[in-house]
Amino acid sequence: MCVADGVVGLSFGAITVGEGLPVWLPMLLSVVVFAGAAQFMFVGLVASGGNPVAAVLAGLLVNLRHVVFGFTVGDVVGRGWQRAAGSHVMVDESVAFALAQPDGERRRAAYWGCGVLVFVCWNVGVLAGAFLGTAVSDPAALGLDAAFPAVLLALVLPALRDRSTAQAAAVGVVVALATAPFLQAGLPVLLALSGVVVALARPEPVAA
Amino acid sequence: MTTLVAAVLVLGVGTFAFRYAGPALRERMTLPPRVERLLGMSTIVLLAALVATSTMLDGREFDSVARPAGVVVGAVLAWRRAPFVVVVLAAAGTAAVLRLLGVP
Repeated sequence: MCVADGVVGLSFGAITVGEGLPVWLPMLLSVVVFAGAAQFMFVGLVASGGNPVAAVLAGLLVNLRHVVFGFTVGDVVGRGWQRAAGSHVMVDESVAFALAQPDGERRRAAYWGCGVLVFVCWNVGVLAGAFLGTAVSDPAALGLDAAFPAVLLALVLPALRDRSTAQAAAVGVVVALATAPFLQAGLPVLLALSGVVVALARPEPVAA
Repeated sequence: MTTLVAAVLVLGVGTFAFRYAGPALRERMTLPPRVERLLGMSTIVLLAALVATSTMLDGREFDSVARPAGVVVGAVLAWRRAPFVVVVLAAAGTAAVLRLLGVP
């Protein structure tokens, strides 16, 4: 899994620089924000000429899920200064790993071990990718612009196998594409949230 | 550049606040399951919309055929649970070959 994160990080670094953004940006994001999906969101919107405010807003919305994570695994994060460090390594992987362990002590070990390892792999991958990206002279000729959405799609696809999430996403995609020619980049993606409203307006599936 | 650094820092501080909120507040309150579901779904919808717009458009213009074609190839492979590296290389490779053939 660490290798997988490293490869995603490598793609993130290379693609960000390939989009014409400065080489320090992917590295700063990866240390300070340390959340893959939000970083892709931020870079995607900034690279397409979007307002940085919209990019920050979209990134924050993507990261809201960490509030839920914190309530779920808060007991293994620790207290005092440990809580600060432990919170920063709260990512999808460390939370999933912790939840897969039955008891408190093993849970704590899994959370911290996985979190720190992912932090290291992710940042090493991004660092390598960013420098690799500077060596590419014509990113479009290599199809790097197609790699960006493909990477993201591969990351969200498992969640789209859930039917109501897929319906919400479909509505959101249509709204975003329909409004994109008329609005500043970034806003259409935020408007896609209307898809969630549509999904919630439908009656809850009745449990058998 | 200053704007970009500031934006990254705001995103970083906000993200940290989200991460810190759960461990700090969980002894005093709980989250309703409906809120959890809503947040999970919102994340996926935002990312799916970003996939769609960054596939189809450059800024406000539908500008390319090679890029969407590459993404579709990647999507099919990802749906069939191909390894991540294969998905990425196939998407980029398809777009690159089409461009080599003169497709925009």
